Formats: sequence, C-alpha cells, structure tokens
Amino acid sequence: MKIIVPIKRVLDPFTQARIDSQTQSVDLTNSKMAMNPFCEIAVEEALKLQESGVASETIAVSIGADKTVDTLRTALAMGVDRAIFVKTDAETDLQPLTIGKILANIIEREDAQLVIMGKQAVDNDNNQTGQILSGLLNYSLGTFISKFNINDDNKSIEICREVDSGIETRNINLPAIVTVDLRLNEPRYASLPNIMKARSKPLETIELSSLDIDTRPRIKVLSVEESGSKDRLSKQVHSASELFEELKNLGVM
Amino acid sequence: MSALVLIELLNNQVSANSRAAVTAAKQLTDEVDALVITNNQNDADSVALVDGIGAVKLILDDSLKHASSEVSSKLVSDIMDGYHYLVAGSSTFSKNIVPRVGALLDVQPISDVSEIKSSNTFVRPLYAGNIMATVESMDSTILLTVRATSFEHAGDGESAPIEIITTNIPNSDSTFVSIQESKSERPDLTTAERIVSGGRGLGSKENFTIIENLADKLGAAVGASRAAVDAGFISNDYQVGQTGKVVAPKVYIAVGISGAIQHLAGMKDSQVIVAINNDPDAPMCRMADLVWQVDLFEAIDEMLKA
Repeated sequence: MKIIVPIKRVLDPFTQARIDSQTQSVDLTNSKMAMNPFCEIAVEEALKLQESGVASETIAVSIGADKTVDTLRTALAMGVDRAIFVKTDAETDLQPLTIGKILANIIEREDAQLVIMGKQAVDNDNNQTGQILSGLLNYSLGTFISKFNINDDNKSIEICREVDSGIETRNINLPAIVTVDLRLNEPRYASLPNIMKARSKPLETIELSSLDIDTRPRIKVLSVEESGSKDRLSKQVHSASELFEELKNLGVM
Repeated sequence: MSALVLIELLNNQVSANSRAAVTAAKQLTDEVDALVITNNQNDADSVALVDGIGAVKLILDDSLKHASSEVSSKLVSDIMDGYHYLVAGSSTFSKNIVPRVGALLDVQPISDVSEIKSSNTFVRPLYAGNIMATVESMDSTILLTVRATSFEHAGDGESAPIEIITTNIPNSDSTFVSIQESKSERPDLTTAERIVSGGRGLGSKENFTIIENLADKLGAAVGASRAAVDAGFISNDYQVGQTGKVVAPKVYIAVGISGAIQHLAGMKDSQVIVAINNDPDAPMCRMADLVWQVDLFEAIDEMLKA
C-alpha cells in the first residue's frame, strides 16, 4: 500500500510569533522554522507501517517556497522513501481549500490509498486540510486519531478518535484520509547517517503553475496583530485563606 | 441573507457551543434556522426552544445516531441552497464536518471565529492565539466555526416550528464501533465558572486525584495540561490548550502547570488566573493575577482544610 504524508513547514512551535512592523505580517524571515509537530507524528506513523510491511512506499509531499525542501529532507532523513515538492512563489498565500486541491491532484496521480497527515498546523490553526481533502477525493475520513490499526482484510482501518467527550472508535474503509492527534506516537529523530543518506533520496519538484489549479485566495487577510495579554494583578499570596479572601474580593468565588 | 446553524447535541441537549453559534448567527442575520441530524425526534424539540431560531430543519434516520463526517457533510451541503451562512460552534464535532462541507461547496471555511466585524469580515486566532487576524471572506457562501467563549450562549425561549427534511441518507464507508466517555458529576469544562487544572507537577495519576478533590470542594470543573494528559494522569477530554479545549471561566486555578504557549492559548481569557507553583519564573506565574509560590501538595492540603 502506498502512503502519502503531506507535511508543512511552520514557525518553530516554541518560538513566539511576532508581527514584522514593515510588512504587517508574521515575521518568518528571521525566525527558526520546523516541521509542524503534527506532521512529524504523521511521518512517524507512516514509517511504522513501512517497518511492519504494510506500506509498500512512503511519500512525503510539501507545498511552499524554496526553503520547504529543508522540511522534506527532514522527512526523508526520518525514513520516508521519496518526496514531492510543489514549488510556489514566496508571496503566494495558499489556503486549505487550495492546498486540498493540490494534494488531491498529487494523490490521484500517485494512486495512493492512504493519506496520513497532521490534524492542524500550529501556524494558522485551521484544522481543515485533511477534511477538505477527503471531501474533494470522496475518500473516507478519520480525524484526530490517537490509535490506528489496519484490519486483516487490508481494506479498512480501525481508528480511535480524540473527541470532546472522550475516545470514539470507528472502522473506515480505504481509500482514506486520517488526521493525527498528539498521542498517536512519539516521532523519531533523524540520525546523522540517515540525514546524510537522505541527500541521495529522490525529491521531485513540481511547479505549482504547471498543475492548472485555481489558487485564487478565498479569504483576504485584512490585518494581523499580536494579542496583547490582559493586564494581570500579579499579586503574591502566601496561604489558602489569603487566596480565598482575594478571590472573594475579586467577586469570583 | 439567512443562516443555518449546525447543531451539536450532547446527551440529547443542545451543546453550549451550538448556543454560542446561534448568537453569532443572529449577529449576521435575523433569519436563523437550525439543522439537526439525529436518530431521535425529541432532539428537535430541545433545539426548537433555543431563543432566536426561526425554524428547525430535522433530518431523522436510525442510521444517524453516530453519523460520520462523510454522511453529515453531504446532508449539510445538500441543504445549504438558499442559505448564505453556515455557523457551528467550534468543537471536534463541527471541525469534523464543516471543512468537508467546504470541499463539497467549493468554499474556504473560517475556523474559530472570535468576533464578527461585518457580514463578511471576522476575527480569528492564529499561532495559538498569539496573533489575531482580521479576515474577509470572498466566497458567495460563508462557513464559520465560532468560539463558544467569545459569544453568549443563547437561552431558551418560545418554541420554533420543526420541519422534517426527507432526503436520501447516503451509505457510509465509516462505521461507528464505540465511544468511551468520561462520566463526571462535575461541571462541564467548557462552560464551568471555576476550573482547577493540573499539570506535570502532580507527578502521577494517583496524585492527580487531589486536583479532583479540590475541584469538588470548590464546585469546579477539572482541567489538565497536555503534559498531564500525555503522562496518562487523566484522559484527553480534560486537556486545555491550542489543540484541546478553550475555556474562559471566572477563575482558573493552575496547579503545577508551567504554562507552555500551547496551554496558555486555551485559558488566557479567564477572568482571574491563579498560579500555584514552586517556580516563580514559570510563564504561568508571570501571567497570573494571584501567585502562590509553594509546594503544590502543601497548598492543596491547606486549601482542602480551609
């Protein structure tokens, strides 16, 4: 079974996002970038399926400007077989619906039965692309999964989904898109020998403009601002009675 | 210009986030209908009572008890003709369905709206809420999920008429097996006025029970940081943060939570924040109203006895 793992390059999640006053957008030029943490979990899951013999081939796909190649190299170093880089202009703002259309094109071309991807990217926090992709391809959908098992028939998978009320278990037929949640696995680090090896793995570059996809943005970002935190009292207390007294005075208890 | 609110039911009751969605929809238009997809006709009766709803559209079928995203998104997109807006409360329920509706209608949905600026302009958080973006939709149909902490929860009023929609229910490639729900007598995390939340500092699942004891004493809901959930101290549905639940109680008591950006994203709109932590440099202490620098076990012991 061929597995596709779409991945995204994002601002390092431990870095505070800042607005660049010149461009009035989030400053990414001087910032540390990384693979979206949910994408790392998706890569790890694909690699597990490769190691257990379920996956015949694992392919990482990413869409973006030149630097996106670094993130694909990371996935190759973690262990995926090959990578597809859909190259855009640095200025292009691609939204989940467009990303979905580009991925749908690649998935149809590769004839992949299973797509494993992060449930959201920690930059725009949309939590949409996997769901959109499943709708465009009319594939089954399993969102927010924390457990994943290919059933013996090799035609369906059992998934556990982290939902607001607990854990839901479902069986979904292939072909399918699954979006992964935090507790599915612990992603591995790329070892130095594997980082070296990754340099010689196949990485195909496709110009976005060659795909004939409508990339018109549907949403215009009018402005962005740093959300200032509320002014807080920052008052020290030293006992339970003092704490409860303060909460009473603040009228919240 | 009318709006359809996609209703989420929890134990046959209209969820708080759906009530917030009704309020948001009313800010956009006076003509607000509600869509209920269920196997239980009584569900429509409780939806009909929600203040502000013009009519309830009911899709009723035995197979819809745990309807898949595939089925729900098809049913929603089929009924969207004639509606300019689809509004749902932000939750795992709506996030599973609304983006797929977007694909079927060729519309780019807008997630986690916290403010409605105009008929097509909305504010939403990026980067775990550290950045707020004002965005304008250029689509002819607008699909929104809205944050339950940013809109009032519509109460009950006069009953609205219920219209049963007869339609073909598509076959599903997704079969429900089971749901493991955490049963709790405590207030619901997303609507509670008080929350006691525990982090990695608790050290073990056994120790985490003191958080529950304190919550019970204060009539509070229990929350947790990702670290506490990852460590298995408590189940996923208690997680507060960027990828968990977003809360804004009157008082949020963070016990042994250092305050990663991703956790702060889920609780920073709380009215009063209390940090109980032995590390005065923890980010949580820097953003709290009341800071008690103390061994957390001593603190909870004292609070339980107070």
